[in-house]
Amino acid sequence: MIPESLQDNPIAAALADLAVTAKFEFNELTVEIEAAKIVEAMKRARHDLKFERLTSVTGVDRFPAEPRFEVVYHLQGIAAKQRLRLKARVSGQNPQIESVTPVYRGAEWYERETFDLFGVQFLNHPNLTRIMMPEDWEGHPLRKDYPITGIRY
Amino acid sequence: MSTTTGVTSESDVRRDAAAHQESRGHRTMVLNMGPQHPSTHGVLRLLLELDGETIVKAAPDIGYLHTGIEKEFEVKTYQQGVTLTDRIDYLAPLSNNLVYCLAVEKLLGLEIPEQAQWTRVMLAEFTRLNSHLVWLATHAIDIGAMSVFLYCFREREEILRIFEMFSGQRMMTSYFRVGGLALPHPRGWQKRVKDFVDIFPSRIDEYEELLTGNRIWTGRTKGIGYISLEDMLDLSVTGPMLRAAGLAIDVRKDAPYSSYEKFDFTVPTRTENDVFGRYLLRIEEMRQSHRIIKQALEGMPSGPHQADAPGIVLPEREKMKTQMESLIYHFKIVTEGFRVPEGEVYQAIESPRGEVGCYLVSDGTQKPFRVHWRGPSFGNLQSIPKLIEGTLIADVIAALGSMDFVLGDTDR
Repeated sequence: MIPESLQDNPIAAALADLAVTAKFEFNELTVEIEAAKIVEAMKRARHDLKFERLTSVTGVDRFPAEPRFEVVYHLQGIAAKQRLRLKARVSGQNPQIESVTPVYRGAEWYERETFDLFGVQFLNHPNLTRIMMPEDWEGHPLRKDYPITGIRY
Repeated sequence: MSTTTGVTSESDVRRDAAAHQESRGHRTMVLNMGPQHPSTHGVLRLLLELDGETIVKAAPDIGYLHTGIEKEFEVKTYQQGVTLTDRIDYLAPLSNNLVYCLAVEKLLGLEIPEQAQWTRVMLAEFTRLNSHLVWLATHAIDIGAMSVFLYCFREREEILRIFEMFSGQRMMTSYFRVGGLALPHPRGWQKRVKDFVDIFPSRIDEYEELLTGNRIWTGRTKGIGYISLEDMLDLSVTGPMLRAAGLAIDVRKDAPYSSYEKFDFTVPTRTENDVFGRYLLRIEEMRQSHRIIKQALEGMPSGPHQADAPGIVLPEREKMKTQMESLIYHFKIVTEGFRVPEGEVYQAIESPRGEVGCYLVSDGTQKPFRVHWRGPSFGNLQSIPKLIEGTLIADVIAALGSMDFVLGDTDR
């Protein structure tokens, strides 16, 4: 479902059946996709809407709201010179979402980073391990309930 | 600081090394390059599986410089956040200042005066020169041309003096602030910039004389470090790497910011798509940056250096002594910062290394809710295995150098 005001937007309209909501603010289009359909949305964005490049994948922690995490994807259409932001919300208890690496290989490190710093599991990711923190690190630093200061022994 | 990374992980490399030994009938060797290897320009660890001198498999390992800058943004006010951006990519501090300020200003809906915009363009291009000079110097020294280093650092020193003149700092400038510039233009800046502008084209000719026709240089760089354009787009590579493969992509042209549309410059491209092509491309970029700086110097508009936004920009010192309002604003801004309306923006600019993006989420308070830094080095580094697998170990150094990454930008 996308709001009335965006019915004329060709990109939003093409993703309408997968969308939860959409908005157009600061000249930037954001489409929130159902988490289960993210790979399909990515395929459509890449092949039909010609967004050739994935700019980045990251997360936002909306703690204590539920569903807690937003996984945010930035796409760029090089020929058409346009950008698109896709979002999917995943729950705090069981944060997991399908990996988009089959569509954009470049998502691999970005998804690893999001996993490392937020603890969101990316299913069917080729190598989902920590990338920034040491491998035996406990916790996910960019979560809002992760302490900012303190010493651990 | 994980021990695995890329399509290939450390365990993959070791397992494959064992498997290859059986199939080939002779041993392959696993070599650790870094994290303290001088040619990795920071602390990058590369795990290389070698068959003789040929790279069979490569796995980059990053994270040694992770300092949690994105987390730190969340406990700093918006204006304090500027100082963090300098430290992300320490060779392009002003580009990083710029993208952050533009993102915050987009959320605030601030109109920036012309003089500030032009100064931002001029100093961002100086940053590009600064970064490209360090790149050329270290790239050449990696390949064995010692003298180029000395020539490049001569000009870089002059650029750092210009930065110092404007901001008081040589490297961590923090000169661009939300709302404009930190300080008005220093006295006598035109002369210093003009002296540099006059001399610089002949200096680029000097570098070219040292390298472009040099047989050792061309022998070490031509045909080395090839990666197809499709692979690069797929792996989120940006910047000079793409332009050296023939794709004219540049945020300055595609989505002009800070009045770049008023400047006359071209986006150079090459078709070689190898280390030599990337070298020639960056040389040409330096010439284009020089053009932009010249235009900025000649056409610098007069007027205020900060936006007219009382609750956001610090008041003038003089006014604080005579006007109660100014004093209150000063106290409020310094003690608690300013509120930024709720919303999210993604601002991209062209840094010397490629697209640097700032994804900023605000919840309406004085501190950012979330700042995500899309550093160009992070995306570019992903393509290392593609770039060096199947080549000789001596070419790894040249291929890495041609990528021009900064590990601070990768790990943040």
